[in-house]
Amino acid sequence: MSGFETREAQTPGHTTTSYDWDFLVQDDRVHRSIYADPEIFAAEMTHIFGKTWVYIAHESEIANPNDFVTRKLGLRPVIVVRDSDGRLRVLYNRCTHRGTTLCRQERGSARNFQCPYHGWNFGNNGKLRGVPWPDGYTQDIRDERFNLAQVPRVQSYRGFIFATLNMDAPDLLHWLGPITRPIDEWLDRNPGGKIVVCEANRFKYKGNWKLAYDNSSDGYHVIYSHRSLIETENRMTDEPNKGMAYYKNSPDSLAMYVQYMGNGHHFKDKRPNLQPRPGGLWALESLHPGMEYYESEFRSRYGERADSLLDLAGSEPVNINIFPNLSLLGNHIQVFEPVSVNETNAVWYGTRIEDVNGDIGDALEGINALRMRTQEGFPNFGEVDDLANFEQIQRGLDCLEDEWIYMNRGYGLPDRIKHNADGTISGPATDEVFMREYIKEWKRLMSGPAHLTIQREP
Amino acid sequence: MSAEIKDPSRSSYYVDGDFYRTLIERFDDWQDDARIVNDHIERDMFRGLLEREARLLDQHRYESWLKMFTPECVYWAPGRPGGGDPRTEIAVIFDDRRRLEDRIFRLCTGYAWSQAPRSRTVRLVTNVEVFSTEEANRRMVRANFIINEFWDNETRLLTGWCGYNLQNTVEGWLIQAKQINLIDCDQCIRNPSIIL
Ligand code: FES
Ligand SMILES: [Fe+2]
Repeated sequence: MSGFETREAQTPGHTTTSYDWDFLVQDDRVHRSIYADPEIFAAEMTHIFGKTWVYIAHESEIANPNDFVTRKLGLRPVIVVRDSDGRLRVLYNRCTHRGTTLCRQERGSARNFQCPYHGWNFGNNGKLRGVPWPDGYTQDIRDERFNLAQVPRVQSYRGFIFATLNMDAPDLLHWLGPITRPIDEWLDRNPGGKIVVCEANRFKYKGNWKLAYDNSSDGYHVIYSHRSLIETENRMTDEPNKGMAYYKNSPDSLAMYVQYMGNGHHFKDKRPNLQPRPGGLWALESLHPGMEYYESEFRSRYGERADSLLDLAGSEPVNINIFPNLSLLGNHIQVFEPVSVNETNAVWYGTRIEDVNGDIGDALEGINALRMRTQEGFPNFGEVDDLANFEQIQRGLDCLEDEWIYMNRGYGLPDRIKHNADGTISGPATDEVFMREYIKEWKRLMSGPAHLTIQREP
Repeated sequence: MSAEIKDPSRSSYYVDGDFYRTLIERFDDWQDDARIVNDHIERDMFRGLLEREARLLDQHRYESWLKMFTPECVYWAPGRPGGGDPRTEIAVIFDDRRRLEDRIFRLCTGYAWSQAPRSRTVRLVTNVEVFSTEEANRRMVRANFIINEFWDNETRLLTGWCGYNLQNTVEGWLIQAKQINLIDCDQCIRNPSIIL
């Protein structure tokens, strides 16, 4: 195929076949090295962040032709651009001359990218347009091999842009599978089913990226890791009922559940804890800047409608985790970015709504202002404590001889896990079944070959 | 509405549309050379106020620190250089009085793992400039800061500048708004859990 170059991925000195994956990933526990071995991390950059679909950006960040953001696909610097013809592309941010990154801005709008080093100039479709003093080359330099490398498969699902270097990966929709249902529900509660990314709370921690992904449906840690948050959210009441207070007492007996969705994806659904009525979501919100003002304002102005307007500012109690690096929770789009075996970025992109159908009118400013404040709560008062715990796991992993990390909560208990007709598996809120299942998918990807393909425009 | 219900430590009625608009206006383009206050006594007074604030935070004397703020205050760390619009953009921090008290309450629960053990800090506050406003009892003050933070066997620097909106009240000059501009506010930050 013209324009495509495929190679089998290898990490320096190792193929992934030199590991005993069945030893490292067992039914109810995993070996410390999957979080701590730099060679395994290097292999993940091809076998996971290359071979499977990886979330790369949201369409609202590059709404117009020529808009771009710079991101990483694993460790590869890339430019995610909507080219002049409106097509989404993920270009390697690497000049084909001598390899420098072309674009050093985090976002912007550009028809072409000119290399700061010797001035080669590329269109935003990746094609080399010209070089300084072309008569210094024996042939026409505008040859296909000098066009920028780009990710051959870029697909978007309702605004979420994914990319993979694997020509054999299933179609995005097929790969997402049953997790599209909670994604759809998460979007459709917003006007027109639409959200717009609006800045972020950005963290980094000294720990492996999987520690965050392991945590993303973990209902077991909530009451301990987030004790300071829950105490704070309920400090003005004798009966804790705000935020995640429902985890107190016996969370596994509640209707909320965790569900493994296939292909590494998992889902924590806490919506059954809500009062099933407009305003039920808002009733759970802890105390945020401006909430009493806007609530009383909306109630006097909009009467009955106020509840559903306020719900738009409330955090949807779900964790929709799309392997390997995306988590939709509350109103956030959280992205995990591996940096090294023991360093990870966790970016909590905020979202706001637009008045797509024209029925929000004057309430829009207030809803979004409230929605910003509700979104700042958890990263500030909750996430920081999880990150401290992730870092301390990574430190604990330095105990070389104590080798195992357990994911055995619920394992082997009769009647606890339900295998559903659509192939998903559900369990009670604090069960670790989702970890045991997703890590099997990780093992499958890691132990097989990775044929990765880049493309250049012809 | 009773006075008790409107206690900004317990309910948040003052963060309304006008509050946001006024805040954005005040923090837009205020560092005007023509408005610099040259009176060294006044400047020294504000310098002293900021130095005291830094010391109180270094000493974890949060109750006293809170008393340096007006009841209807804001503590704001924008998520991108220049400030942005907090109505439509996520900030690193945007606390009203009650959330600021939440922040301190959380640190004092003993269960804030990101601050257990807690950071030790030494803050340097410099380059203090005072700007007059249209109102005689209101000043804007700019100061650069370096926070040396020791946490988890490491010392790091948090660097930036603050803009303060200060109000002269019966209790003296109080901070109505503190805008903290970290130079890396739009980048990933490790354990941002201390009071800035
Ligand atoms: S490295 Fe880009 S033009 Fe030389
Ligand atoms: Fe958590």
